[in-house]
Amino acid sequence: MKKLALMATAAFLAASGMAAADQVRVGIAAEPYPPFASPDAAGNWVGWEIEIIDAICEAAGLDCVLTPTAWDGIIPALISGRIDTIMASMSITEDRLQTIDFSEPYYNTPTAIVGRRDMDIEPTPEGLAGLVLGVQVATIHQTYAQTYFEGATELRPYQTQDEANQDLAAGRIDATQADSLAMEDFLETPEGQCCEIKGFVANDPAILGRGAGAGVRKGDDELREAINAGIAAILENGVYDEITARYFATSIYGN
Amino acid sequence: MLDWLYSVWPALEVSVNHLSLQPPGWGGNLLRGAWASLQIAVGAFLLGLVIGTFGALGKLNGGPVARDLLAVYTTVVRAVPELILILILYYAGTDLLNQALRAMGYRPVEISGVVAGIAVLGVVQGAYATEVLRGAIQSVPRGQIEAARAFGMGAVLTFRRVTFPAMLPLALPGLSNLWLIATKDTALLAIVGFSELTLETRQAAGATRAYFTFFLAAGALYLLMTLVSGRVFGWIEARYRRGQVAP
Amino acid sequence: MSSTMNPALRRIADEVLVPHRLVMVAVAIGVVIWAAMSMRWHWIPRYSDLAIQGIWRTLWLLGLSVLIGFTLAVPLGLAQAAGPRFLAAPARAFCTVIRGTPLLLQLWLIYFGLGSLFPQFPWIRESELWPYLRQAWPYALLALSLSFAGYEGEVMRGAFKSVPHGQLEAARSMGMSRFAILRRIWLPQALQRALPTLGGETVLQMKATPLVATITVIDIYAVASRVRQDTFIIYEPLLLLALIYMVIAGMIALAFKLLERHFNRGIVV
Repeated sequence: MKKLALMATAAFLAASGMAAADQVRVGIAAEPYPPFASPDAAGNWVGWEIEIIDAICEAAGLDCVLTPTAWDGIIPALISGRIDTIMASMSITEDRLQTIDFSEPYYNTPTAIVGRRDMDIEPTPEGLAGLVLGVQVATIHQTYAQTYFEGATELRPYQTQDEANQDLAAGRIDATQADSLAMEDFLETPEGQCCEIKGFVANDPAILGRGAGAGVRKGDDELREAINAGIAAILENGVYDEITARYFATSIYGN
Repeated sequence: MLDWLYSVWPALEVSVNHLSLQPPGWGGNLLRGAWASLQIAVGAFLLGLVIGTFGALGKLNGGPVARDLLAVYTTVVRAVPELILILILYYAGTDLLNQALRAMGYRPVEISGVVAGIAVLGVVQGAYATEVLRGAIQSVPRGQIEAARAFGMGAVLTFRRVTFPAMLPLALPGLSNLWLIATKDTALLAIVGFSELTLETRQAAGATRAYFTFFLAAGALYLLMTLVSGRVFGWIEARYRRGQVAP
Repeated sequence: MSSTMNPALRRIADEVLVPHRLVMVAVAIGVVIWAAMSMRWHWIPRYSDLAIQGIWRTLWLLGLSVLIGFTLAVPLGLAQAAGPRFLAAPARAFCTVIRGTPLLLQLWLIYFGLGSLFPQFPWIRESELWPYLRQAWPYALLALSLSFAGYEGEVMRGAFKSVPHGQLEAARSMGMSRFAILRRIWLPQALQRALPTLGGETVLQMKATPLVATITVIDIYAVASRVRQDTFIIYEPLLLLALIYMVIAGMIALAFKLLERHFNRGIVV
C-alpha cells in the first residue's frame, strides 16, 4: 500500500512536469496590458514588453518561459516559487523592495490622469474631489490614489486596467489614473475617443517608484545580475531602441 | 440569408467575426480554454471521488479521531468560499510542496497550471463527495452487507462487489450535481490566472472590447457542457437503475 | 449525578469530555495560540474600520439577494409545478440557464456586458437611473438575486410537487379558491419541506458573495485583498477571512435551525 502510494505520488509529480534546471519562468500579467503585453487571437503574447523580455533573455543567455499569472497574485507567486522573475511593468517602489529585489529599471514613464473630454479635471486632490476615480488593484496607482485622493474621491479598484478603461468609456467612472503610455494606446481606440489625458500627477518617487524593473526573490542575486547584464547589453547594442521604435515615437527608458 | 441578416443588423457580423475560429477571430482561443476547463473539471471530479470514497469510508468505519478530522475537513470546505480555499491551497500548496522537496534534497518542481487546478478543486470536491458518498453508502440495505460478511467476504471484497454497485445509483444524483459544480468552479480559477474558458473570455473581451459578445459565447459553451453532462448522467443513471423500481 | 444533569449539559459532557476530543481541543487551542503569536497580525487595527464596512456590505448583499431571489423563486417554482406550458417553459429555461453557467460569468456579463452597451446610448447618462447604473452594487445585487432565484426555483418546484396532492384536492372540493389554497395549504407546506435545502443554499449564496469584489464592490473579501496588496502578507488575511466566513455560515445555520423549529411546530416527522 505504501509503495503504491509512493509510486503514485512520483508518477503524479513526474506527469506534472519537472522544471528544467536552468529554465527561468518569467511571470507576466495574465490580463491584457497593451501596448506592453497582450494576447493575440492565436493565443500568443505580443507587445513591447514581450519583445524586450525575449531580447533580455537572449542577451543574458537565459532560457526564459513566459508564465502568465494573475496580476494581484504575482508577488506571492514569485515568493512561493511558482515563477522566478516578474517582468510585468512592475514599478520599483520602497514598499515592494521590502519584500522582493528588483533589477535595474528598463523603462520609466509618467503617471497620467485620463478623464472624459466633456469634464474639466485637474490631476490634483482638489481637482478630483467629489469624482469617481478608477485604478487597477495592486499597482502604484492604487497606492498613490489611496494616499493622496482617498476620502474626497471615490476609488473603484478594478482587477485589470482595461476593465477600468471600459467603465471610463461607459461613464461609470469620471477618471482613471494609469501609466501614460498604456493610456495613450487606449485613447487611440474607438472607445477611447470619449476621453483625453488631463495631465500628470505630482511625482512621489517613494510611491510611484523609479521605473519598471524585473522583480526577483530576495537574495536571488545571480538571476538579478544576469537580468541587469541583459538590460545593459540590449541598451548598448541598439536592440532596445529598435524594439521601442516599432511601438513608440520616443524613447521610454526615462533617463 | 446570412448576408441579409448582416445588412439588417451590422453588429452581428462584427460579433461573428470576433468569434470565428481562425485568428483574428478569438473563437479558437475560447475553445482551447473550454478544453482546459473540461480537463480540469474531469481531473478535479475524479480526484474528488477518490478523496470522497476514502472520506466516506473513514467517516463510517474509522476511529473517533479520523471521524473528527474528517468532520473538520468537510465543515471547513463547506463553510469557506471556494475562492478563498483556492487562493490558500494554490499558494500554500506549492509553498509546502517545494519546501518539503527542498528539505528532502530534491529540486523544487514546477506544477503546471492544470495540475494545480485539479489538485485545488479536487480537495474542494472531495469534501462534498464525502458527504454524498457517505449518505449513499448508509442507504445501502444493511442486510446485503451482513449477508456478504456471513459468506466470509473480506472488507475490500464486500466493498467492491456489494456496497459499491448498490450505492452507485443512490449516489448518482448527488454526483451529477457535483460534476456541474466542478465545471462551474473552474471559472473561479480565472481569478488566479489559470488559462481556462473564463480567463480566455476576459482576455478576448478586453482585447476587442466586445464584452457582451464574448461573455454570451462563453455562457453558451458552459451551457452546452452542462446540458450534455446532464444527458450523460441521465443515461448512466438509467443504466444502473435497470431492474430497480422507479423513484 | 449524571441523571440529574441538564440534558444539554449532559450532551456536552458526553461529546466533549472524551479523551480524544479533549486532546483535539487542546491541540486546536495550541494551534490558535501559536498562530496568534507567531504570525503577523499588526495590520488588524489599521484596517478594522474598512473590515467592518466590508462585513456589513457582505451581510446586506447576502440578505437582500436571498430575500429578492426567494421572492422570485416562488413564482418560478409554482409555474413549473402547476403552471400552463407557456409559463412553465420560460421558467424552466431560466432556471436551466442560471444553473448551467458560472455565477462569475453571469456577474461579468451583467456588469461589463451592459456597461459596454452604455456608450452607444448617451441618453442613459441623463436619465433618472444613472446614479444607480454608475455604481457597482446594483449589478451585484441583481446577479446574486437572479442566481439565487434560478437555483431556488428548482428547489421550490420539487417542494411544491412533494406536497401530497390529496390535501390540495380536498381543499378544492371544499370550495377554497386557488389563491386561498396556495396561501393556506400549498405554500406553507412547500416552505416547510424546502427549509433544510434553503438553509444549505443560503450558505452557498454566502460562498458566492466574494465574487462581487471583481466588479469593484468592496465586500470583506475585497478588504482582505487590499490588506494583502498593501502589506504583501500572503496567508494571514486569508486565514482571518476564512474564519469570518465560517462564523457567518454558522450564524446562517443557526438561524435556519430556529426557522425550522418554528415551521415544524405540531408536525409529526
